[in-house]
Amino acid sequence: MHDHRGGGGHGAEHRHEAEHHHETEHHHGGEVSQTQLLTAALESLLVEKGLLSSDTIDQLVERYEKDIGPMIGARVVARAWTDPAYKQRLLSDSASALAELGIHMDNLVVVENTPAVHNAVVCTLCSCYPWAVLGLPPTWYKEPAYRSRMVIEPRAVLREFGLELDGTVEVRVWDSSAEQRYLVLPERPAGTEGMTEAELATLVSRDSMIGVARVAAPARAR
Amino acid sequence: MNQAGRPSIDNAAASPRIDAEGPGAPPRRNGELVFQAPWEGRAFGLAVALGEEGLFAWEAFRTRLIAAIAASDRRPEGERRAYYESWLGALQRLLVDRGILTAAEIEDRMRQFATGQRDIVNPGAP
Repeated sequence: MHDHRGGGGHGAEHRHEAEHHHETEHHHGGEVSQTQLLTAALESLLVEKGLLSSDTIDQLVERYEKDIGPMIGARVVARAWTDPAYKQRLLSDSASALAELGIHMDNLVVVENTPAVHNAVVCTLCSCYPWAVLGLPPTWYKEPAYRSRMVIEPRAVLREFGLELDGTVEVRVWDSSAEQRYLVLPERPAGTEGMTEAELATLVSRDSMIGVARVAAPARAR
Repeated sequence: MNQAGRPSIDNAAASPRIDAEGPGAPPRRNGELVFQAPWEGRAFGLAVALGEEGLFAWEAFRTRLIAAIAASDRRPEGERRAYYESWLGALQRLLVDRGILTAAEIEDRMRQFATGQRDIVNPGAP
């Protein structure tokens, strides 16, 4: 479940006949894969045609690598934990509740974990994911094993993530689409009563907002 | 999908910045690299940037991505494509389908990079 297939190597999915020669070529002494060549070719042609600039791509990649990550979702969760009225707004009208925190996303449904209900999110078709609040999806989220098995045997998959659920807990699996994305509001761990909203946000992991983990109590509370 | 068929992420530009470091900094990537190799980031950025520019509706890209991933899933275990290879293939197909680029010019440009006639500047940059 957690293993990755690693990066490059196989060339792009829709190769045309003439591009069908295989794998790597040598370029200035280093190995360059077909995928690298194709990426470079597309970028260079698109820039040449004035359709975008390399700076735009630089900024976008930077934004996703450095600026946007699960911390935005974590902030939302921490606010919901500390402000019951906010939590109600978040669950009933997420778009306006998110907008209160300066996050503009109108297709997010927030689902709440309780002692009786555990929610988890998957995208069976591709990799729909609430990027704006969680950043880019982890590798395993995009793997066929997770995408297919999570809907069929969620308890077994969750167990592989180290999350053992009591048999009485109802498991709800939400299949994301382009129109509708999901964020799990995890349960607030015990022992966090005295913590501030900002401190709580540091506890909230990405995996807990996908629903494959619980939020761990802070070390000092254990 | 939100207005104008754009990826929902472009809204994220409006998200406020919060602490990146120090005790107030929430967890980021749980230790996992966002991109396994630089070209993956470029491939990601290309599609999202073109979507944001309105060159195509995000759904047009997404349907091709779903098809590419499904094709990969049908392969035997060891021969499946890495996620961003499917992503890149979907982008290539969309650009060719829409007549934005031709298969021949892509092929030609790849050859120029392969033979060193052109230097790959970005994928591979630190």
